[in-house]
Amino acid sequence: MLKQILVYALILALSLIGYFVITEPIILGPTASMVIIILIALVLLYILVRTIMGSFVGRRTVFTFVAIAVILPFFMTVDQPIKVSPEVQQLYDAVMALRPGSKVLVSFDYDPPSAPELQPMAESFFALCIERDLKIIIMGLWPQGPQQADLAMQTILREEAFAGKSWKYGTDYVNLGFQSGNEFVIQRMGGEIGSMFHNDFYGTPYDSLPLVRNIKNFSNIDFSFNLSAGYPGSVEWVQVAVDRYGLKMGAGNTAVQAPQMYPYLRAGQLTGLLGGLNGAAEFEKVTGRKAKGTRFMVSQSFSHVVVIAFIIIGNAAFFLGEKRRKKPEGETS
Amino acid sequence: MRREIPLLITGIVGVVFVIQYFIPHYPFNQLNNWFSDWFSIIAACAIWLGALNLLKVSANKIYRKREDWGFSIVIIVCFLIITIIGFAEGEGFRNIGTKFDWLYQYVYTPLSSTMFALLAFFVASASYRAFRARNFDATLLLVAAFLVMIGRVPVGDAIAMKLHLPLSIYPSEISSWIMNVFNTAGQRAIMIGIALGIVSTSLRVILGIERAHLGGD
Repeated sequence: MLKQILVYALILALSLIGYFVITEPIILGPTASMVIIILIALVLLYILVRTIMGSFVGRRTVFTFVAIAVILPFFMTVDQPIKVSPEVQQLYDAVMALRPGSKVLVSFDYDPPSAPELQPMAESFFALCIERDLKIIIMGLWPQGPQQADLAMQTILREEAFAGKSWKYGTDYVNLGFQSGNEFVIQRMGGEIGSMFHNDFYGTPYDSLPLVRNIKNFSNIDFSFNLSAGYPGSVEWVQVAVDRYGLKMGAGNTAVQAPQMYPYLRAGQLTGLLGGLNGAAEFEKVTGRKAKGTRFMVSQSFSHVVVIAFIIIGNAAFFLGEKRRKKPEGETS
Repeated sequence: MRREIPLLITGIVGVVFVIQYFIPHYPFNQLNNWFSDWFSIIAACAIWLGALNLLKVSANKIYRKREDWGFSIVIIVCFLIITIIGFAEGEGFRNIGTKFDWLYQYVYTPLSSTMFALLAFFVASASYRAFRARNFDATLLLVAAFLVMIGRVPVGDAIAMKLHLPLSIYPSEISSWIMNVFNTAGQRAIMIGIALGIVSTSLRVILGIERAHLGGD
C-alpha cells in the first residue's frame, strides 16, 4: 500500500515539476524522432533475441512499451501518408453534394470514454458543415452526447478559419439535447420530431427555435450523421430511420463497432462510414483540415506496431516452449 | 393476477408494435406513439432507479465493510458533489463556464478516457500472452488480425511504399478487402442468426410462453 502511494506521489510530483518547469511544448525534430524509433526497434529486437534464448518478458515490459508507443509520438515530428478509403470519400461526397442551407441531423450517441476516437470526427464534420453553410440539428440518445456536441461546436467556432462566420445558435444550429427511449425515440421522430424534444438542451421551447420550427419529421432532413459507440447507435438508426423512413445517413463509429456496420454500408443503407481514429484522420485529410485525428494517428500507428511486435515475440516464446517440451520425449523415444 | 396482467400487457403491446409496422394508420399509429412515449418515460425512470441502486449497493458495501469498500465512499462522494452542484446551478447547469461544465470537462472526461485507455494495455498484454498460432484456425485469425492491424494505420502503407510494393498488395488494400468481404460475410451471418433468435424469443414473450421477464421461473 505504502509503495503504491509513493509511486502515485512520484508521478504527481513529476507532473507538477513538468508543468512548472516546461513552459514551451517539446517537439522533437525529424532526425531525433527517427533516432528514437530506431532505438525502440533495437530494444524490441533485443527482447526477441532474449526470448529466443529462453528468457521471457513479463507483462510490465509490455505495458511500458505500450505507454512509450502512445506517449512519445506526441512529442515527435512524424509525417505519415494517410490514404482516404472509399467509405470516407463516400461520406465526404454526400456532404459536398448538399446545397447550402440544407438541414443536417447529427446524433451524438457516445460519452467521454469514446471521445478520443469520435470527437475528432465530430469536429471535422461540424467544420465541413459550417464551411458548406449547412444547418446543423444536434441531438443525443446517450445522456452525455449533447454535451460532447457542445464541446465540439465550441472548439470549431473558436478556430480562426471560422472567425468570420456569424454562426448563430437557433438559426444556424440547435442542440435538442438528450432523450431517453433508445430506438423508440428514433421511431417517434419519424412521425414528429417535436414530440420527442419539447425543449432544446438549454430549455428553449422547440417551436421558438427558428431552425427547427418548420421541421416536422425526417422528410424535412436532408442528411443525417450518427456518431456512435454502441447501443443505442448507428445500428438502431439504420434499422429505424434509414430502413423505415428513408433517411439518408452516414456514420462515424469507434473502431470496435465499425466492423458491425459494413453489411449496412455494402447494402447501401449507409452513405459513408468513418471507422475509429483512422476514419477521423482520413476525414481530416479529405476535408483538408489536419487536426486531432491526424496527430493521434501517429500514436495509434506506434501502438499497433508495438502490439504486432509483441505478438511475434509471444509466438516465438510459444514455439520455443513447444520445442523444449517435445525434446525430452524425442530423447526417450 | 400478478402474472396474468403483465402477460396481457406484454402481449397487447407486442402485437400492436408488429401490426403498426405493416399498417401505420389509425388506430395503430396512435397506439404506437403512446407506447413509445411510455417507453421513454419508463426508460427515464430507469436512469433514476439505476442511480439510486448504485447508491444503495455502495452504501451497503461500506456498512458491511466488504472488500474495496473505500472505492464505494469515492462513488458516493462524487455522486453527491456532481448532483448538488448540478442542482445548485439551476436550469443552465450545462452551459459552458459553469462549475458543472468544469467538472464534466476537466474531471469526468479525463477520468473516463483514462479508464477506457487502460484497454490498450490489456489488449497488448492479452495479445502477447494468448494470441498464438496453435492450430490452423488460430493461425488464420492471427494472420487476419495482423494484416488488419497493420492496414488500419498509415505506417503499413509507409513501409509498403519504402519497399516499392505494388499498390494492390498495400496493407490498407488488403485490410479493406478483409473488412469488405470476410468481415461483411461473417457479420451478415451473425446478424441473420441474431434476428432469427430475436423473432423466436419475441414470439415466445408475446404469446406468454417465455416468462423470464416476469421474474421467478
